[in-house]
Amino acid sequence: MTAGVRRGEGEPTMPVRPAGGRRVAVVVFPGSNCDRDAMAAVQRAGGEAVPVWHQSEDLAGCGAAILPGGFSYGDYLRAGAMAAHSPVMRAVRRLAVEGGAILGICNGFQMLLEVGLLPGAMLPNRSLRFICREVYVRVERNDGLLLRHLARGQVLRLPIAHKEGNWYAPAEVVQRVEREGGVAFRYCSPAGQVGPEANPNGALANVAGLVNREGNVLGLMPHPERRVHTLLGGEDGLPLIRALVEVA
Amino acid sequence: MITWDAPATAEIAREHGLTLEEWERILEVLGRTPNVTEVGIFAALWSEHCSYKSSKLHLRRFPTRGPRVVQGPGENAGIVSLGDGWVAVFKMESHNHPSFIEPYQGAATGVGGILRDVFTMGARPIMSLDSLRFGELDAPRMRHLVDGVVRGIGDYGNCVGVPTVGGEVDFHPAYNGNILVNAMCVGVARQEKIFYGRASGPGNRVIYLGSKTGRDGIHGATMASDVFDEGATARRPTVQVGDPFTEKLLIECCLELMDAGLVVGIQDMGAAGLSSSAFEMAARAGCGLELDLSRVPVRAEGMTPYELMLSESQERMLMVVEPRQVPKVLAVCARWGLDGVEIGRVIRDGEVRATFRGRPAFRLPVKALVDDAPVYDRPWVPPAPAPPVTLPHLVGRDWSADLRRLLSRPQMGCARFIWEQYDQSVGAATVAGPGSDAALVLVPGTRIGVAATTDCNALACWLDPRRGAAQAVAEAVRNLACVGAEPIGLTDCLNFGSPENPQAMGQLVAAIDGMAAACRAFDVPVVSGNVSLYNETSGQAILPTPTVGMVGLVPEVRHAPRARFADADVLFLLGPLEGELGASRYLQLVLDMQVGPVPDVDYAAERAAASVVRHLVRLGLVAARDISDGGLAVAAAEMTAGGVGAVLEFPAGASEARVLFGEWGPRYLLAVPPAWEEAVVRAAEGLQLTRLGVAVGERLLIRRAGETLIDESVSEIAALREVGLGWLA
Repeated sequence: MTAGVRRGEGEPTMPVRPAGGRRVAVVVFPGSNCDRDAMAAVQRAGGEAVPVWHQSEDLAGCGAAILPGGFSYGDYLRAGAMAAHSPVMRAVRRLAVEGGAILGICNGFQMLLEVGLLPGAMLPNRSLRFICREVYVRVERNDGLLLRHLARGQVLRLPIAHKEGNWYAPAEVVQRVEREGGVAFRYCSPAGQVGPEANPNGALANVAGLVNREGNVLGLMPHPERRVHTLLGGEDGLPLIRALVEVA
Repeated sequence: MITWDAPATAEIAREHGLTLEEWERILEVLGRTPNVTEVGIFAALWSEHCSYKSSKLHLRRFPTRGPRVVQGPGENAGIVSLGDGWVAVFKMESHNHPSFIEPYQGAATGVGGILRDVFTMGARPIMSLDSLRFGELDAPRMRHLVDGVVRGIGDYGNCVGVPTVGGEVDFHPAYNGNILVNAMCVGVARQEKIFYGRASGPGNRVIYLGSKTGRDGIHGATMASDVFDEGATARRPTVQVGDPFTEKLLIECCLELMDAGLVVGIQDMGAAGLSSSAFEMAARAGCGLELDLSRVPVRAEGMTPYELMLSESQERMLMVVEPRQVPKVLAVCARWGLDGVEIGRVIRDGEVRATFRGRPAFRLPVKALVDDAPVYDRPWVPPAPAPPVTLPHLVGRDWSADLRRLLSRPQMGCARFIWEQYDQSVGAATVAGPGSDAALVLVPGTRIGVAATTDCNALACWLDPRRGAAQAVAEAVRNLACVGAEPIGLTDCLNFGSPENPQAMGQLVAAIDGMAAACRAFDVPVVSGNVSLYNETSGQAILPTPTVGMVGLVPEVRHAPRARFADADVLFLLGPLEGELGASRYLQLVLDMQVGPVPDVDYAAERAAASVVRHLVRLGLVAARDISDGGLAVAAAEMTAGGVGAVLEFPAGASEARVLFGEWGPRYLLAVPPAWEEAVVRAAEGLQLTRLGVAVGERLLIRRAGETLIDESVSEIAALREVGLGWLA
């Protein structure tokens, strides 16, 4: 699927995007704190980052969007719960239905679960503590809009930084997700072994990231936007961001 | 019942912590009897915390100027130039007492306060560091305190989105009744976009921004608050409660307002709340303010002017804006969902006067409160030199066992159980974080590296305050060198006992002397700081703890510094082969001896070595670690953290104890890829450089002339380093 197929010219609700611009909306909620990092990563991947305020009814004509990490609305109710009811989330859903690419990172992943674009929910980490460390994740799929620059079985080294990343779903949902290939990334050892010792937060089936059936909505707990530069711990996050920019 | 506007008495002044002389001085300055609210404001602004009355005289000895200094002490934070039009804005502050009472909120609001000191100057905070001191882990409440402080720092910084990238933690029985929580924040700004806490331009409007004012933190632990209430209210806790979400909104809102040029002056309402911000802003501008306290947003019923002026509710700012900009400013505040209210205006007269529900509440001269605050030359006695000590005969010991013992102590092991609770990489600019000798963070969108470290060996400062404080500065210089940074500015947090105790005062005076001398010798200006006195419980004072927060610069970061061995690295010791055992971790934690002597700093040697290390690290030719706590053996053990071991050997004739565990002085362990060996040897010409061995295998072996002294597996070292703080997991 390409951007051209997805979104016809002259579509009434969408402003016309400038020629050649690969514009990615980065949604800013009160309490987002990875929004600027996401914008910088988009720029590094050759795209134009467009900040979109949470009260906006549209995504400024962008064909791709990032729901960034942070503590939207302070996460006082439940991580991502309030953000799910922001006006902008209607536009995010619309973009998802239209086949646009949506990447939810950390708090953004929690929002995608809250609005039902991806299955399951996040529980507090097994340790009940905030955890920030380097983890390894194994790439489980390499098809779809967002994963195509990665190889199946490839191991990425990315940081996590969250207190609620313990993915949970009822057994039948987990089975369905597994059957449909909904797991995009699993926590693993540096050598790619998936097991309990490589699981930082207790997530079922070592789930670090999920992708929808259409392959255009992806959520993950690790932070790819923090790994786009060799000086800053490596470029393991860049393929994901680049894929997003290319379909914008 | 005494009300907020009742005439004050000497007794009420005393209950506020004012001395009789201070009370008489107030009567003389005003030429009338103040009301209770006015006394409360005097007491707050003349408190040790706000006025530095015991330390001011001595703090003047710090060098505060330099070619890079944009703003020295006296503002909300210090500012030094980074080049290319960028500046670093930084400060360190203590939140010791609140953290001991309520560790989670005490530490959290400590972080919140220091962040506000930085962003109020127009700078975006890019990193936080923390210097923590706890008592023995088995002392009552101590594990609860450690856990609460760490969670408090983490939850606040993580939510606000400022990475916590470094710091230090130590444990000593002297802190059983007084823990220390010192938080440092570094921000960056364009030099032309700096803002100051100045209420200038008569006619300009005063805007209150942020959280509503409550009764939390109304200071005066000695005073029952219901005495001053109009209604009967319960006594409120004196520890403030933090809301990092509001802080995050405040940061974005304030930076947006400042970037749009809508602000004339701005300051946070920190200690002493609205009182200090109003009077200090007026004092800096040589103006006055007229306030209508009825307009202050409140979250409790029936708050009096006394409470409104002295509340320390968190996440509040005071701004001065031009009248025509008020609607724009309030619109921005509203968009961020924050209370923005016009509560007064700037006036020409040098006084702050306030009304409450249409009647006068107080009227006080600015100069008397701020500039004419008392300054005391407290009696002090020079610290007694420590008696000479004969060390036991340190030969033929089980050196491996000694190393194991050191590594398993909570202050010596790996602090990952602490730092993993902190978001270290939000901002996507952290080049080197916790576990590195110093933190290194990029100015957003550039290759300019800002480095920072916090340092203090309090035991050394207790043994010899002057040399100990000088060594803290030297240690910070060494740490910065290990990430390639040159020191450009210093902030401090001077934690001491009661200034009314001549011994404690003598420690403070000597420490300031030592720190000032070291700053001069290293050409590092002191641009901001904080003094925390009265850290004692039942006559038992803490170790004198003059914490140094130093900021360094790497003009262009080309290589991420590493602090671990890589396979085949050639290992060198730069500097003297033997260290000194006085005040070392080895004596303290292995032999249970808290004795000196603390060596003097050899400034010429330190500067020369730091310069070489800096140069080599910047070029990416070496991994460097300075040899401090625990000596060469611990430094080498730390460098095995990546899984690669080493074989080191030093010549016969050298003392095992002093080579393995000696500290102090310009000593660095360098790990050099074989291709760069020659270049490193050339660069170090003129300095003592000893080739010790190579990085290889999965064991750490240290030998003296063929005889094995230490032999540990790398995995065992890693496990030992997690013993001390593993209970935090």
